[in-house]
Amino acid sequence: MGNGHAINHDAAAPTCEFTPIPEGDIAAICATFGNDKHRMLDILREVQDRYHCISPSTLDRVASHTDLTRIEVEGVASFYSFLSLVPKGKVTIRLCDDIVDRFCNLEEVTAVFEEVLGISIGQTTADGAFSLEYTPCIGMCDQAPAAMVNDVLLTSLTPETARRAAEALKEGQSPETLVSDRFDDLTPHEQALRMVDNNVRHAGEVLLGPVPEDAGLNNAVGMTSSQIITAVEESGLRGCGGAGFTTGRKWRFAASERAEKHFVICNADEGEPGTFKDRVLLTERPHLLVEGMTIAARAVGAQQGIIYLRGEYVYLRPLLLQVLEERRRRGLLGEAILGVRGFDFDIRVQMGAGAYICGEEGALISSCEGLPGEPKTRPPFPVNRGYLGYPTVVNNVETFCHAARILDKGASWFHDMGTEGSHGTKLFSICGDCLNPGIYELPYGHSVWEVLEMVGGQDAAAVQVGGPSGMMIARDSFHRKLTFDDLATGGAIIIFNGDRNILEIVEYYMSFFVHESCGYCTPCRLGNVFLQKAIQKFRKGLANPEDIDYLKELSGTIIETSRCGLGMTSPNPILSTLQNFPLVYSAVSKPSKDGIRDTFDIQSAIDGARKIAKRRSYIFDKDFTQ
Amino acid sequence: MSGTKKETGFSFTIDGVEVTAYAGQTIMEAADEAGVYIPRLCDHEGLRHQGSCRVCTVKAGGRSVAACTQPAAPGQAVENETAHLNKMRRDLVEMLFHEGNHLCPICEASGNCELQAMAYRLDMTEATKFPYLEPCRALDASHPDIALDTNRCISCGRCIRASQDVDGKGIFGYVGRGIHRRVAVNGENLADTNADSGDHAMSSEVCPVGCIIRKRVGFATPIGEREFDKGLIGHEIEEKRK
Repeated sequence: MGNGHAINHDAAAPTCEFTPIPEGDIAAICATFGNDKHRMLDILREVQDRYHCISPSTLDRVASHTDLTRIEVEGVASFYSFLSLVPKGKVTIRLCDDIVDRFCNLEEVTAVFEEVLGISIGQTTADGAFSLEYTPCIGMCDQAPAAMVNDVLLTSLTPETARRAAEALKEGQSPETLVSDRFDDLTPHEQALRMVDNNVRHAGEVLLGPVPEDAGLNNAVGMTSSQIITAVEESGLRGCGGAGFTTGRKWRFAASERAEKHFVICNADEGEPGTFKDRVLLTERPHLLVEGMTIAARAVGAQQGIIYLRGEYVYLRPLLLQVLEERRRRGLLGEAILGVRGFDFDIRVQMGAGAYICGEEGALISSCEGLPGEPKTRPPFPVNRGYLGYPTVVNNVETFCHAARILDKGASWFHDMGTEGSHGTKLFSICGDCLNPGIYELPYGHSVWEVLEMVGGQDAAAVQVGGPSGMMIARDSFHRKLTFDDLATGGAIIIFNGDRNILEIVEYYMSFFVHESCGYCTPCRLGNVFLQKAIQKFRKGLANPEDIDYLKELSGTIIETSRCGLGMTSPNPILSTLQNFPLVYSAVSKPSKDGIRDTFDIQSAIDGARKIAKRRSYIFDKDFTQ
Repeated sequence: MSGTKKETGFSFTIDGVEVTAYAGQTIMEAADEAGVYIPRLCDHEGLRHQGSCRVCTVKAGGRSVAACTQPAAPGQAVENETAHLNKMRRDLVEMLFHEGNHLCPICEASGNCELQAMAYRLDMTEATKFPYLEPCRALDASHPDIALDTNRCISCGRCIRASQDVDGKGIFGYVGRGIHRRVAVNGENLADTNADSGDHAMSSEVCPVGCIIRKRVGFATPIGEREFDKGLIGHEIEEKRK
């Protein structure tokens, strides 16, 4: 990747200072959010949306309104991929650069956008109309290649549809009209469905089958906090975001913490490449999600909640806001929920701005607090001291939905599904080389083979279970089962057939982690860069057998010394392929003949000297003339 | 973070040595008091713990944790000076060398530099294996008394915390993400800030390397008489036990 951070060197590009922003505008934006430094991400998103740039003078002004220093504001503005300190176009087109998109003709689609707009990836047009960028997985792997055009999603792109879209934009049409001429007349749900297919291929009993409205919440209002938590504990429900912590225990920890306030946060920052299950729940079961959060609020005594929605899912924001408003109207949110005095709870939506790390619990809380999305030091744990220092429950979208269903149907109903230690159903988002990519709700315990048969992926040579931070397995492991104890996954299953280059996939995943590391700790900030460079060596055929040991040792250091889950799992693409596809590495590494490293290239080594001396080398340049 | 001494302490062990700690103390705080040195770069006496360099990684109850932020626990067996841990620490120190441009022979911090001293302590004597990233960041010599060469910065953030918490100024902060994350100043350059050479953040003890340079004093102490010419880094702490 690397393009994500490419700086626009186009000299003709306008600077922010060309069109000075009236002082009143910045003041008004800050005032909208109460001049509250904890709403910094909202403030900066608003500035970015309106002025397409966060200029140095804007940093100063935002800082003075929110009582921060400029460097603190700059720290936030420079952290998130969707915020920019240099001017971007009025329309920013972000092509999803995931490996699945790359295998679905992304290159040609990119070429079309570049040709029609007259700019390359990473550039902005001279008139400030368009920016073109690559962005990591936007959660549309079942309909790749996909792109974000400001807040609008384009999916299943072909060179032809890409050309039509690019030309329409160039003619001055708004991104919304690419979706529908009467976009504003559509309901938020219709808008979402026009942009993105749900691809629900198999509806299970818990989430995607028929779900009665608020049945769980109606039961919960008649129960004590402890009874609710006991039900969730007895169901065996574990977190569905990937880590698999027991949900009931988490709620009990938070509930038992004495504090002035408690918070409930929904992690809808679904960023693991190849994962898109929460997208479908947010579209099709938003009421169930809010119901689950409301039940959690009753259980832990929270009055305020936050849905942290990843920036890439901004197209779902209108839908969520509508659902929240409707529930307030119906007495399902706000004061005295369902007429129960003292049961007060409301939710705000916090938009992310392009940062995978914000899916990490602590980083997500940092981001909600208006800080750069950096994980927090543990202990204290969020259930003890989380958002703004108060006890906080953070659960995944799917986890809250499950909790609502458990309160309706009972703990044993849920507990009886799945396997020992992995109870209930799980949403799997399946994509890559298969006939029917999409969402499958299945009880835990199916083997990879069974799933491959279901989705028409029997040709698979490799399956990435759990996304890049999970494991890549080969055919000899397809009998393994999808459970917490065997192959754990937050839901992503990416299928690769025998034509795919494993090392290309691994290099892509490492570049993803390099792009998404927050940079706080040494091993993750640097180690992943060194791993990526080492994989490039293998791909170029310049690796020695000792480089395999180097990969293992470096991976070990990163895993053992990193501060959060990102660094503790980022070497997995390398380690799991070294284990399951060893020939891929040994085939391209050879001992050096003369003890000289193949990577040493005298020509590139002396290139700097050539430039400084402004002459060619007497020894190494055959065309030496002086 | 330091515990209140009125409480009764509890004991735990570091490499088999019994150490007393008080509720709320981190492993490193207790170790320092007991004269057991745990290598560290981003942690500095009197500043908030950050836990970012990870050089203080120890094993506590079988898990790898940062000793500077991990609370000590009664009865826990902590591993510190093991070949395995020191190998990982050496990897981390090597990574920091390769992230910046650390040319000791021409650096005025040589002999006072904690990165260099840590490399000696951890026996970083063989050729390093990582690729050099060779950054090319502009020198900020705008301030009359202080210069910044961020090519030598190891992102420990000690200057950030010292300026914020001790000087009450906030001259430094982190910007960027991932490999692009770095320490920057609160303005266009250092002269644009209210930095003063008397600030704690600018004192020679806060910056562990040769990034924050106080002008006109560089070679006042000759090579051979500098901090780590007297002994290995950590020797003052270790001498408490003797």
